[in-house]
Parts: sequence; C-alpha cells; structure tokens
Amino acid sequence: MSHEIVVVDYHKGNLLSVARSLSAVGAEVAISDDPRTISEARGVVLPGVGSFEDAMSYMRPSGQADAVVSSVQRGVPFLGICLGLQLPFQRGSELTSEAWGNGWCPGLGLLSGSVSRLESSRLKVPHVGWNQLHLTERGRQCPLLVDVPEGSNVYFTHSYAPADDIDESIIATKTHYGRTFASTVWHENLFGVQFHPEKSSATGLRILSNFVCIVRG
Amino acid sequence: MLTKRVIPCLDVKDGRVVKGVNFVNLVDAGDPVELASVYDREGADEVIFLDITATSDDRSTTIELASHAAEELRIPYTVGGGFRDIAGMTKMVAAGADKVSVNSAAIKNPELISLAAAAFGSQAVICAIDAKRVGKADKWEVYVAGGRKATGIDALEWAQEAARRGAGEILLTSMDRDGTKEGFDLALTRAVARAVPIPVIASGGVGTLEHFAEGVIEGEADAVLAASVFHFGTFSIRQVKEYMASQGIPVRLDF
Repeated sequence: MSHEIVVVDYHKGNLLSVARSLSAVGAEVAISDDPRTISEARGVVLPGVGSFEDAMSYMRPSGQADAVVSSVQRGVPFLGICLGLQLPFQRGSELTSEAWGNGWCPGLGLLSGSVSRLESSRLKVPHVGWNQLHLTERGRQCPLLVDVPEGSNVYFTHSYAPADDIDESIIATKTHYGRTFASTVWHENLFGVQFHPEKSSATGLRILSNFVCIVRG
Repeated sequence: MLTKRVIPCLDVKDGRVVKGVNFVNLVDAGDPVELASVYDREGADEVIFLDITATSDDRSTTIELASHAAEELRIPYTVGGGFRDIAGMTKMVAAGADKVSVNSAAIKNPELISLAAAAFGSQAVICAIDAKRVGKADKWEVYVAGGRKATGIDALEWAQEAARRGAGEILLTSMDRDGTKEGFDLALTRAVARAVPIPVIASGGVGTLEHFAEGVIEGEADAVLAASVFHFGTFSIRQVKEYMASQGIPVRLDF
C-alpha cells in the first residue's frame, strides 16, 4: 500500500516530531528508509537531521537518493526541512570526512547552486531560535505559505544555508542572520524550508497543513 | 531579528511535575507533557524539563517523557538533570530531546561538555550553572547538588570554560534569588553574558513582569526562564511577552 506521505529516514536522528506534526494536521504518514516505499509515496518529506556529507553518504548507496530524485522528477510533492532543504542543491560545504578535501560534497542536484556556512563576526553561529520570514513576490503566491503572514516567526537551528549562487526566482522567503539567506524555496513540486515547521508551533502546523493540501491536489 | 525567548521550566520527579500547578482545564496536572503542551499553545518559545529524581540511576521514565514530548510538543524542548555520562545524554537526544542540559556531572568531568558538543552539536548542549554570590563583591561561586554543595569554582570562569568546550548555551540560576520573587541577579547575569560568546538564559527570582524585561535589558540575557509564576498562573506567557514587547524587546507574539 502506498502512503500519503513518507518521511525519509536516513538514520541520523529522531523523526517523531516531524511525523507526529504531519499526523496532527491530518496526513497519513509513515517513516521509512526503504527506497521502494519512498518511491510509492504521494508526498515525500526529507527531514533535517545530521550533516550534509553524512546524509548524502547514507542516501546514495542506500538508493534513497535515486528514489527521491525520481519522485521529484515525476512531479510528486516534496518538502525538505532544514538539511532536507539543503540536500536538493548541487553541492554543500558541510564536510565530515576527507573525501572531498576542502571542497564541496555533491548534493541531489535538483536545484542549481550551493549551500554554505553562515559566517558572522558579530552574531553567534549556529543560528538558533525564532526568527522572521520575509515574503518575496514568489512567496506571496506560494501554496506552502497560504495564511502565513509577512514577518511570521519560525524556529531555526542551523549553521549552513543556501548560498547567493542559487536561482533567485525560486526564493519564497528570506531571513536575515549574518547574511540574508533563502529560508523557503519553491520550484514546481519541490518545496524546502530552512527552519523547522515541526518546532514552529501554530505557524509550523499551518505550513505542514498546506503541504498536505498540496499532496492532495 | 532573532527574538528573545521566554521559557517555562518544569521540575519533574519520577515522571511527574513536582511543584504545585494551579491550572484549570488540565486532565492531569501532574503530566509534564500535558502541561508543556499548554505552554506551547500559550506562546512559550521552548520548555525545559528538569529531572530532579535524586537517587535513582534509572532514567527510563525520563526517556519516556522525552519521547512522549517529541510526539506532543510543537516547540523545542530541553531535558536536564541527572546526567552522569554521554550514554545517558545520547539516549535522551535519540528519544527526541532538542537539547540536553548538564550541570553537576560537567563540574566533575568537564570533558562531558566537549563529548556532547561533538556528538550532538553545540546547539543541543546547555551547561546549567547554579551560582551564589561570595561576599559583597561581584563574585559568584558554582554550587552543585541542587544548590546544596559549594564547589569553590568561580562562576564566570566556569561559564567561559563551558563555552570553550562547546556548550551552546548557559542556563544561569542565581541561588540567592531562586524562589525569592525579588528578580534575577542582574549583576550576575550581565557578568556571565559579557564573559561568554553564547546565549545566556537567566533564571531564579522572577516575581513581576518588570523582572522579565530587566533580565534582558539590564541582565543582557538572551532568554528568561521562570517556573512558579507560570505554574500558578500569576502571569500568562502572553502577558509576559506583551510586557517585554512594550519595553522594546523583540519577542514572538504571533501564536
């Protein structure tokens, strides 16, 4: 049986909060590490735990990377959360081994551009806490952000974010911390949020509920 | 702009809320997760569960609590109290806790902070410090065992070491003010906030709305923590946040 939404488990942390928040807004949810189960889902959520290279080095050999890429290419609604927003880009600089030298670890390559570290001499990194979403023109039309007003507060905890080389036209919200970064991206059926909707109280539930509506068409 | 946070703290013993709770409409006023869910709906930015079960080595009820909280809460939460080693902290994070807070065990073995930061990331590691003023000068000593035992360690130096070792936040409780309702020890809070490059959560002594704002403005804290004024319904979280906002402090009010 295919599930309405599958939360991809790449064995790096606890996914209960994400799964329970999706259930709370009425979705039928399964957590799975099985590429076939992921492929059959009507909506895919890639959660945010661990680091860029660690996640990729699990997702590639396990077949999860191919499953996610082919689902997105077939038009299945996809929501990436935190690291899950970062992985669809071409490359990330968050390395945990020597495999890529001082360079970049390849991502899923669904979106052009890179993911780089937030650098600030003045502010503390990681960026942890409640910060605001600033809607772009694109954001005002984004189905993921229905009833999410300008300036809404959401919960962030991250050290890396989409870099300035990403396609400006996919940016739905921006957030300022050290630099201005894309906190929500939207390209066709692919949605990504740099914050944690499952930790963002009522605003987060609204966003997850919007995603469920997108999955249901 | 990153907002300043308001954090209710729940003392938990054997899986139950200890301090009296004066809340209507709770099915079970002793259930920490149910109480925390109320705070979530009322606008708390995060919650801290402090396990004060004194003797037992068995943390299974607390792990159950962490896992239940992961299912029910839609805001980040911390579990603190009673950690002895990295294994216990790992279990708590695996159960779904966003952060773990370590106190006495880190005094005994500061390496614990380094290990936890490497394992879970600094954002998940809080070093809790119970400090008590020494004499009349601005000098504070670290206490352990629920504030009963002096260590001879200087609070500012310890806060700096904790930050160096990778703690992501300091939860700073004034033992002189805790339970007095006279307000935070602002000199202590400011001294620590200026001494470390990581956020400081002010704790101990809140009795009025003004105290919350003072903690941020004069104490230079990034977050303010209270227990009884919330549990007894003296103030709602919204009241506190609206007051802080009226004093020019950025807080999250869209809930």
